[in-house]
Amino acid sequence: MSINKHSVTLDVSRCKGCTNCIKRCPTEAIRVRDGHAIIKEDMCIDCGECIRQCPYQAKKPIYDSFDDFSGYKFKIALPAPAFFGQFEELDDLDEILTALLECGFDAIFEVSRAAEIITEYTRRYLKREGITKPVISSACPAIVRLINLRFSYLSENLLPIMPPIEYAARLARKEALAAHPELTDEDICVLFISPCPAKVSYVKNPLGVNKSAVSGVLAVSDMYFKVRAKRKEIKNPLPLSNTGIIGLNWAGTGGEATALLSDKYLAADGIENCIKVLDQIDSGTIHDLDFVELNACSGGCVGGTLNVENPYIAKARLRTLRKYLPISRNRVEDGKVELPDDVMLEKEIVDSYVKVSPVERLAAISRMQEIEEIYRTLPKLDCGSCGAPSCHALAEDIVKCEADGGDCLIKLREIYEAKENDSKKK
Amino acid sequence: MADSVNFHFDIDGENFTSAGEASVAIKKLLRQMEFSPDVIRRVSVAMYEGEINMVIHANGGTADVNVYCDRIEIILKDNGPGIPDIDLAMQEGYSTAPDNIRSLGFGAGMGLPNMQRYTDGMRIESEVGKGTTIYMTVNT
Repeated sequence: MSINKHSVTLDVSRCKGCTNCIKRCPTEAIRVRDGHAIIKEDMCIDCGECIRQCPYQAKKPIYDSFDDFSGYKFKIALPAPAFFGQFEELDDLDEILTALLECGFDAIFEVSRAAEIITEYTRRYLKREGITKPVISSACPAIVRLINLRFSYLSENLLPIMPPIEYAARLARKEALAAHPELTDEDICVLFISPCPAKVSYVKNPLGVNKSAVSGVLAVSDMYFKVRAKRKEIKNPLPLSNTGIIGLNWAGTGGEATALLSDKYLAADGIENCIKVLDQIDSGTIHDLDFVELNACSGGCVGGTLNVENPYIAKARLRTLRKYLPISRNRVEDGKVELPDDVMLEKEIVDSYVKVSPVERLAAISRMQEIEEIYRTLPKLDCGSCGAPSCHALAEDIVKCEADGGDCLIKLREIYEAKENDSKKK
Repeated sequence: MADSVNFHFDIDGENFTSAGEASVAIKKLLRQMEFSPDVIRRVSVAMYEGEINMVIHANGGTADVNVYCDRIEIILKDNGPGIPDIDLAMQEGYSTAPDNIRSLGFGAGMGLPNMQRYTDGMRIESEVGKGTTIYMTVNT
């Protein structure tokens, strides 16, 4: 599952080659070469960590612009729950939703509505016999890509139910077609208002579905300013919101997991913490858990890099907002125990392991032997001044012929000093 | 072309909280060599249990992992107190771990049995007062 369209990119003209980003990239996907960073596309999971780290704003998220979609007859906004946490002094979701209509949308479908339904189906799924536990949430695309890259053994643990963004888009299309019989599916565009770049690349490179029903992804930060301006003009907000506490809570860490009403859960955030949790699940040292919620961003989706507000402030605002809301306003009351097909993922969400041939294996071992030999000669300071995140990564790069030993400044100094001593002796 | 690669780890006995790090490191390395998830898991669990044992009982030691095409060998060596009765130590539930370790959830007497369960071959050499060496093999 390589990503062909990334949503995290580099503006070379702004990059100073400072190495701040390389050390914080969770998949070691960045190198500094020729004075600027390079993102290795096959390793990047679009988590946005480097955007957060870059002191020069050289790492940029890519997203769509509302104006790109003017050709569509009917535009539906899909605001993420985190969107509502951006606004100051808000006690009525309808104010924001009405302002979105004023911005040019024809309809709104809150992602939190779909999240409440996904919550109900997840509860059902957890009651199934024979499933691999702990079940790991598949809602955060950066986490799913991380699992694919480094924890493919855990593919069976991933929740095979659509993430709220996808299910929301499908429900939104259905709702629009029912309300406006004159429309066809091609007339409709569904625009997700996203807190993070990972969801931008989810739409371009869908996970677990053949094609995403989302047409484009707008940034929370872009829409925030548009909605903020319109909000002032709104006297009587329309009764549009149909979200309860459970749906809104998905904006922050623990929202998804606590809604399952089981205390055998774990909810972690921050990509480094998530990696540690996955390592432990992988080693089988975490027991008695039904569900694991992992969010690549600290604080959960409110911590995404496309937001404008500090995640903890956004979370506090959401706490005020959800006051006096019903627990959930989107329920599945069919009395069944099975899960409907239209909520399940359409295909495997991560690649399954491909067996390597003995020849390839031997080559891999031999390559590793070379790497280890080179690694032994490196200073093991992991200083990053060679442009690789660690001495081991440099050794790997040298074997791949992407770097050479002279890139290590410490080694270079040793060589220089040895030469100097030589010339003194003479 | 080299047909094997060795990874050496020093297991620090002073620091209980860092126990298990070699197991994480070897997992990452085996992944880079594209071993199957099942093999990686078995090696890392066996390593993990061995590491914890060395830290609890022997004040640390060394771990050597030799990776071949058809198998992975794990050699855990310590200079600890040794195991007086290996058959007894291999029994599930038999443990000599101190109480403070048990309170952390370790010392359930499953370490050695798990190491045997997750590997295709295991041999223990131990001398009381001198130390213990455990040889394990996982076929790939």
